[in-house]
Amino acid sequence: MTEFTISQAKAALKAKMISATDLTQAYLDRIAETDGKLHSYITVTPDVALKQAKEIDKKSDFSGILAGIPMNLKDVVCTAGIRTTACSKILENFVPPYNAHIYDRLLAAGSILLGKTNTDEFTMGSSSENSYFGVTHNPWNLDYVAGGSSGGPAASVSADQCVFSIGTDTGGSIRQPASLCSTVGLKVTYGRVPRYGCIPYASSFDTIGPFTKTVEDAALVLQAIAGKSEKDGTTPDIPVPDYSTFLKKDLKGVTLGVPKEYFAEGVDPEVSQSILDAIEVMKKLGAKIIDVSLPLTKYAIPTYYILVKSEGSTNMARYDGIKYGHTTDFAKELEEIYMKSRSEGFGDEVKRTIMLGTYALSAGYFDAFYLKAAKVRALIKKEFEDAFEKCDALITPTSPTPTFKIGEKSDDPMAMYMCDVMTTPINLAGVCGMSVPAGFSKLNLPIGMQIIAGQYKEGNLFHVGHAYEQATEWHKRKPKV
Amino acid sequence: MKLTKDEVEHIAKLARLTLTDDEIEKFGEQLSGILNKAKMLEEIDTTGVEPIAQITGLRNVTFADEIEPSDLAEKLLAQSPMPIQDHMIKVKNIF
Repeated sequence: MTEFTISQAKAALKAKMISATDLTQAYLDRIAETDGKLHSYITVTPDVALKQAKEIDKKSDFSGILAGIPMNLKDVVCTAGIRTTACSKILENFVPPYNAHIYDRLLAAGSILLGKTNTDEFTMGSSSENSYFGVTHNPWNLDYVAGGSSGGPAASVSADQCVFSIGTDTGGSIRQPASLCSTVGLKVTYGRVPRYGCIPYASSFDTIGPFTKTVEDAALVLQAIAGKSEKDGTTPDIPVPDYSTFLKKDLKGVTLGVPKEYFAEGVDPEVSQSILDAIEVMKKLGAKIIDVSLPLTKYAIPTYYILVKSEGSTNMARYDGIKYGHTTDFAKELEEIYMKSRSEGFGDEVKRTIMLGTYALSAGYFDAFYLKAAKVRALIKKEFEDAFEKCDALITPTSPTPTFKIGEKSDDPMAMYMCDVMTTPINLAGVCGMSVPAGFSKLNLPIGMQIIAGQYKEGNLFHVGHAYEQATEWHKRKPKV
Repeated sequence: MKLTKDEVEHIAKLARLTLTDDEIEKFGEQLSGILNKAKMLEEIDTTGVEPIAQITGLRNVTFADEIEPSDLAEKLLAQSPMPIQDHMIKVKNIF
């Protein structure tokens, strides 16, 4: 039963074929059996999960959107009374005093918390190798990375260690690992899901969204978590549509744009071919295909990294060794507490973030780096707006290559940053995107297709993604763990 | 461009980080590489372009300023690794 999608599990629960407790126990067993190989989970919460499950069984009310559905949260989503580490030494023993708003919404919808899953430290990375607790292995081949930063969420959904998971995406951290592990991964429009209580990386980019086994499931989870929140001033007062109405079987009347820059040099030919094949499938489903051009694409990586590292450096300033988290044992006076606690508590990529951001924001360099990048961001946003005048969604690969071997890029930050070349432009423009399974390489490693739509047009992603999924079998393949 | 050792040390001080000599060398090289890549943004004409900080265009979002009961104060104080005295966090000497 661990292979269930949300809709299958809901049907079985409603028909009383299984109880929420049985289902929860099945996942806890599956985690115990497989997580020694994968390392998706940082903390497993069997007591919390079984208590929540028993309460739901007792009420016997499965009307909630996610009632009785076991899931996990990336370990940057605060859970009151449950350790939340951001996979950093500096928060190794941090137990939040309150819940992230998204966790409250998931509980209100009836879902069950199995545990907290792995990420690069403070979500800074593309392979989960930057986690203080160690890398997550790809369920399709344990020698390869699960991607990042949400490597734990992606591997846990791919390997049936949960029904769905919640990750965060600042520059690709949901879509890239979803692509590398063959799951659906949704990056929502900036502000669509409230971030209150989610440990931040870059506040003008961070988004929260689901990893699921099908597009329909992604629509269900978004239905439960989207919408304005009094606790997050970046969530707009825009109504949340009924996403199920977008789940159609054909693409008649839909125009899809194919940006040539996403099929250029540097993209693995096996990846390009899989996406071109997918485009043929969508053409047969009735979509009109047009060529579009996004010439600023090649500037996305430097623009993104200047802005994100700047914002990241300011967000990391709160870790002072005084208010909470790790503090040094070796300080005699105040400034030493800051310097030593931070140097002991942060890993290499976080230190690089802080250094690069501090430099880009410092007097004399602010105009040349930060301000310049913030202007280029405006141009990139405009470029996407213009493209969406002509089409309903854009189709690209999610990642330029399938997954790579553990250790292959960990000493070369620039090579690691280039993993995000196709996902960062979407965060720069604040639009939404989703990765869906679209094939396998000759080495049997997953390939993902990225669907991109304008701000608050998540419905378009579900329409295109669902129709494609119904016409293909990729999402039904499972790794053997 | 390549950042000098002094520049790297200066940034580290601004950022409140203590770096080892190995880290200064490694980060100096890596940061120089990233900054050189960022120089390519100079190719783009941004004359008259307004920089973006809020990507969906929201402005001046406010909420009602109302007093609500909260039980967070004690819980937040309990988070500190420092000693607590008279409901305050006791830090080390400033000088």
